[in-house]
Amino acid sequence: MKNNWPLWEVFIRSKQGLHHKHAGSLHAADAQMAIENARDVYTRRNEGISIWVVESDKITASKPEENPELFEPAADKIYRHPTFYDMPDEVKHM
Amino acid sequence: MADLNSLEAKFQEKIDNEIKIEPKDWMPEKYRQTLIRQISQHAHSEVVGMLPEGNWITRAPSLRRKVALLAKIQDEAGHGLYLYSAAETLGVERDDLIEQLHTGKAKYSSIFNYPTLTWADIGAVGWLVDGAAIMNQVMLTRTSYGPYSRAMVRICKEESFHQRQGYEILLTLSRGSEDQKRMLQDAVNRFWWPSLMMFGPSDKDSVHTAQAMKWKIKRKTNDELRQQFVDVCVDQARILGVTLPDPNLKWNEERGHYDFSEIDWDEFWNVVKGNGPCNKQRMDARIKAHEEGAWVREAAMAYAEKQAKRRKEETTQVA
Repeated sequence: MKNNWPLWEVFIRSKQGLHHKHAGSLHAADAQMAIENARDVYTRRNEGISIWVVESDKITASKPEENPELFEPAADKIYRHPTFYDMPDEVKHM
Repeated sequence: MADLNSLEAKFQEKIDNEIKIEPKDWMPEKYRQTLIRQISQHAHSEVVGMLPEGNWITRAPSLRRKVALLAKIQDEAGHGLYLYSAAETLGVERDDLIEQLHTGKAKYSSIFNYPTLTWADIGAVGWLVDGAAIMNQVMLTRTSYGPYSRAMVRICKEESFHQRQGYEILLTLSRGSEDQKRMLQDAVNRFWWPSLMMFGPSDKDSVHTAQAMKWKIKRKTNDELRQQFVDVCVDQARILGVTLPDPNLKWNEERGHYDFSEIDWDEFWNVVKGNGPCNKQRMDARIKAHEEGAWVREAAMAYAEKQAKRRKEETTQVA
């Protein structure tokens, strides 16, 4: 029989003050088991203090072929960066 | 097929520029297949690798040794899982990979088809087998496929204790009684050559190497890694006071490396083909564990479905 445990993506917060970060994925029958398995698979050495799990097929991802439309427009907007603006050396605290 | 050619050219350009390939990116079908084969066989090796060590958990000579061995074996289960997940990003199902292992279609590292006869073997496995694996895995942290590379980084971080715990076992034996020293030498005699075989066939006989190097799946050839391993082991063996079982092992000033004898390739291919001392035993144990665990997997799913249904009913009632 096929093992129909769904795939879950695991996100771990390594310490207070930091984002949850993608750690990897695993199979589990339900969300509770996914958290329990994630604890054993991804936090055996104090890597985390909080775990998020989400079923992999609930994630919508952008497509690499759409990258030009999505991300290229930002490339020529250098005026969004502080270094775009001329500042005399004597101006401090800015 | 101009399109395919230009896609392939673009792909190779990314590889040449050290840009990692991620799951949804276009990749040549053969790149995908090569990775599925390599990553899944790597995963299988981690999983089967638990068996020869599991053999010694209940007979570890102290609680310190036992907790370390348990932790190491648990890591190996974890490493198998990281790798299966990495393989799954390429569009294969976990069950299909496991079936390929159980039917013999997929291979795993031949080293695990050798028995662990004495406690010293657990030390030799840590020192030599994990040592050889680490050498390969450190190289693979720079592999071109993102998920594989990330799994390798995590694995390498965890694996260095494996080698140290093995070496410490051997170091303790080396300071022990004459019998313990003999046991140490015997384990090294049996594990040295199979460990060198772990790097795979010689470059001139390796059908996959050239393409794998071009795609930067591998960054060093089998023979380069094997040489690197021999070079680091010589001093480590000296500190243990053991003799590596190779009369031709000697420093070559000109090459800046140790020379060593030709591997017994007949033995290598024979074990790969399934005729090693423990091939059958390992597969039988894997299949038995998988089949006898089937009801647990089914029950967990049935329970999850029941809970989901109950939650749904409760929400409807409230509404």
